[in-house]
Amino acid sequence: MNRYPAWLNILVIVVVLTGILFALPNIYGSAPAVQLADADGKDISQTQLENFLGSLESDGVTPEAAYLKDGRAVIRFASVEDQQRSGERLRARYEQDTNVALTLAPRLPDWVRGMGLSPMSLGLDLRGGVYVLLEVDMNTAIDNRMQGYEQDIDERLRDARIRHQVRLNNQIITVRLQNSEDREKARAIIEDADAEVLIGDGTDGKSLTVRMSEAQIKERQDFAIEQNMTTLRNRVDQLGVAEPLVQRQGVDRIVVQLPGVQDPTELEKILTATATLEFRLVDQAGDLPGSRTYPGRAGEQSQVLRREVIASGDEIIDANSGFTPEGQPAVHITLDSAGGERMLAATRDNVGKPMSTLFIEWREEDVTRGGKTEKRKIKTEEIINTATIRGVFKTRFQITGLTPIEARDLAVLLRAGALAAPVYKVDERTIGPSLGQDNIDRGFRAIQIGFLAVIVFMAVYYRWFGMIANVALLSNLVFIVAVLSMVGASLTLPGIAGIVLTVGMAVDANVLIFERIREEIAAGSSPQAAINSGYEKALSSIADANITTLIAAIVLLAFGTGPIKGFAITLMIGILTSMFTAIVGTRSIVNFVFGGRKITSIPV
Amino acid sequence: MRLIRETTHIDFLGPTRRKIALAISAIVILISIGSLFTHDRPLEFGIDFTGGILLEVSYPEAADLANIRNNLAASGFEDAQVQRFGADTDVLVRLPPQDGRDPDELRDDLRRTVAVGTSEVELRRVEFVSPQVGKELTERGSLAMIIVLLLIFVYVMIRFQWKFAAGAVAALAHDVIVTVGFFSIFRFPFDLTVVAAILAVIGYSLNDTVVAFDRIRENFFKLRGISAEESMNTSINEMLARTLITGVTTLLVLVALLLLGGESIAPFSIALIVGIIVGTYSSIYTASATALALGVNAQDLIEPVKDPDLIDELP
Repeated sequence: MNRYPAWLNILVIVVVLTGILFALPNIYGSAPAVQLADADGKDISQTQLENFLGSLESDGVTPEAAYLKDGRAVIRFASVEDQQRSGERLRARYEQDTNVALTLAPRLPDWVRGMGLSPMSLGLDLRGGVYVLLEVDMNTAIDNRMQGYEQDIDERLRDARIRHQVRLNNQIITVRLQNSEDREKARAIIEDADAEVLIGDGTDGKSLTVRMSEAQIKERQDFAIEQNMTTLRNRVDQLGVAEPLVQRQGVDRIVVQLPGVQDPTELEKILTATATLEFRLVDQAGDLPGSRTYPGRAGEQSQVLRREVIASGDEIIDANSGFTPEGQPAVHITLDSAGGERMLAATRDNVGKPMSTLFIEWREEDVTRGGKTEKRKIKTEEIINTATIRGVFKTRFQITGLTPIEARDLAVLLRAGALAAPVYKVDERTIGPSLGQDNIDRGFRAIQIGFLAVIVFMAVYYRWFGMIANVALLSNLVFIVAVLSMVGASLTLPGIAGIVLTVGMAVDANVLIFERIREEIAAGSSPQAAINSGYEKALSSIADANITTLIAAIVLLAFGTGPIKGFAITLMIGILTSMFTAIVGTRSIVNFVFGGRKITSIPV
Repeated sequence: MRLIRETTHIDFLGPTRRKIALAISAIVILISIGSLFTHDRPLEFGIDFTGGILLEVSYPEAADLANIRNNLAASGFEDAQVQRFGADTDVLVRLPPQDGRDPDELRDDLRRTVAVGTSEVELRRVEFVSPQVGKELTERGSLAMIIVLLLIFVYVMIRFQWKFAAGAVAALAHDVIVTVGFFSIFRFPFDLTVVAAILAVIGYSLNDTVVAFDRIRENFFKLRGISAEESMNTSINEMLARTLITGVTTLLVLVALLLLGGESIAPFSIALIVGIIVGTYSSIYTASATALALGVNAQDLIEPVKDPDLIDELP
């Protein structure tokens, strides 16, 4: 009696070993490191990594380890001095096309990293950093788009020589016409321009109302969010922060997390930086007054551009990458009518000549001069694309001659250049590094002491069976850490609280079983029979009890934000792993120690 | 080792005992609700809920709170709350939402003000939350509670029977009200982590209740010929050791968390400690007594046997 089949024992051993393996990366701690990422988002190559190392070698610094991870180079050092010196050195040398960030990297042996294992990441409350929640002003985004429509309709009707009046109010355009005949003509024209808008009849029989459909509004919102995120990502990358996070939250919010950043004013620079685009003709002879040479962004040639601006970024209504009817990759751009007018005039006279897209960004930077710090606006201008004008066009045109990837990148840049909607901050949290470290220290101390107290209690109260429960409790901790590392969830202070709570509650299943065994013995069962029915009869209680707690944890996960989520995740993982360790895990040990032989009493 | 005797025969559910327990619960709930309604602010809501600005500042030596308050008032922050946070050197400054002021300027202003007169201050934490986010959190938190209670009602109804489900939910509502009331009476800060703790308390207390119900169901079938009250009483006595031991181990770790986990996690630990003590009491008294008051008996748990003849007789 009380023997487990061999496969079940093997399963338990395999599961435990897997848990230990995944939890393993967490014991090595971390060391100062420098992370290098390509400024254009390309993967860093092995050759580049060797170049970096070469330049460090000439400086006499020997890194502890260097490797590529997720397309970025990570160089780890033994000391902070080495890290900082190397960081400066690498920045001075490669800043042009590489973002250099100081960070912490896990001190994993090569074989552990080789297996693709990594430790739990730490939340901002444990490592310090800045968290910002931004809200995108969707109303403005839609207003802007409606203004574009208003101008467009006005212009089309004028071109068709239909007398009309257009008014935009409350995101609805009202078009007043002379008679119902004109109204039908106007309806056809508007439908022709954009088949998706909702066109309704006015009450007086000779007017139309135009508004965006639900789908268009949603599309516009997604566009505004995406555009803002692209802009923020580009700018955050230039900050030189390792592992930044820019993520959409809900319909209209964006979360930005910058681990390790201590001063939210750095983030301010990102948010206040403004960027725009200009379309200008290339001055091929290079002799017109006001012409100037502009540098090209990575891979682009520098050009001499004329002074006149044909259209600028705030006149771009939309930019998407796609394909021409012939199947060539292209970026489709829509300008508003003012920009369209000028584009028409410029292209009419310049077919066959090149036109450039210039990217301009202003950033505020603190400049120290003579001991005084002052804010200065820094302007960066770069050519991001030059293409030949192939025909006369107005508000809608496309840029071709690109690879699909270039087309996508250019569309992103064009969109990023002109912000569709302003953002404002609704939540900002800065956690200093010392507080983060304190939180870690305190959290782990609480786990240690709490764990120790429970272990001593169980050993005294249930003797050898208590020790077996303690083994289960310890492996449960290992499993929680393993699962957290495996799924890449980050550990937060409430997450630690969740672990502490699990340590206290996880013994419950064993308490239920052991109490039941005691009852069975008191009722006169033989030891073996008592063990068996103890485990069996306690099972339904354990299942019910855990499922109900699981319900609470799942609701928490669904409704909670930020810190609550961290708690819910660890609680949930803890409940699931503790079911396994407390029921199957302890049973396999009990069976191994006591099963299949004659015993007269059991130490429970 | 045993915490209590092997077999206890405590009369938990006798008519007088039940009345006393009911009276105690009623009084505690009334005090809790009373406190929520009589205070200007029902709870000391954290800025997670109210919105506003929070600074945790660490000074090189023991901080002079009066001085900091004066400096803040002089800079136009009359409504700032200043209090010690853990160590003597650490101070927490809280401000309600400031209408019409640029949050970034505000932060810089505050930073300068708290640093007046000292050489080296460390800003350990700065939080800025808009009131709008707070409002959403309050709504989501309340919604989460209601959904948890509903789901649990449904689960217990399926696994047991509606009288048990009503008992379980009554016990949980009791726990939530008393824990929130405790925070209201003692003016402990009520932040987002406390909401999480209360939901965890719901999970824990229910755990206790369901385990007791499980045994009650078993005994309803095993111990025929005795009243429901006796049967439930026996079940609670049989589960008493388990209830107390799990309570003890959980409280052990929570006390460790409260003492060692630092100031910011303290409200969370307090909510759980209070909730678990109340939850243990409620799963013994409130849950079973409610089910008993609703007239629960062994018949309720027997699957109704479909009588084939009955169907045949239908026209």
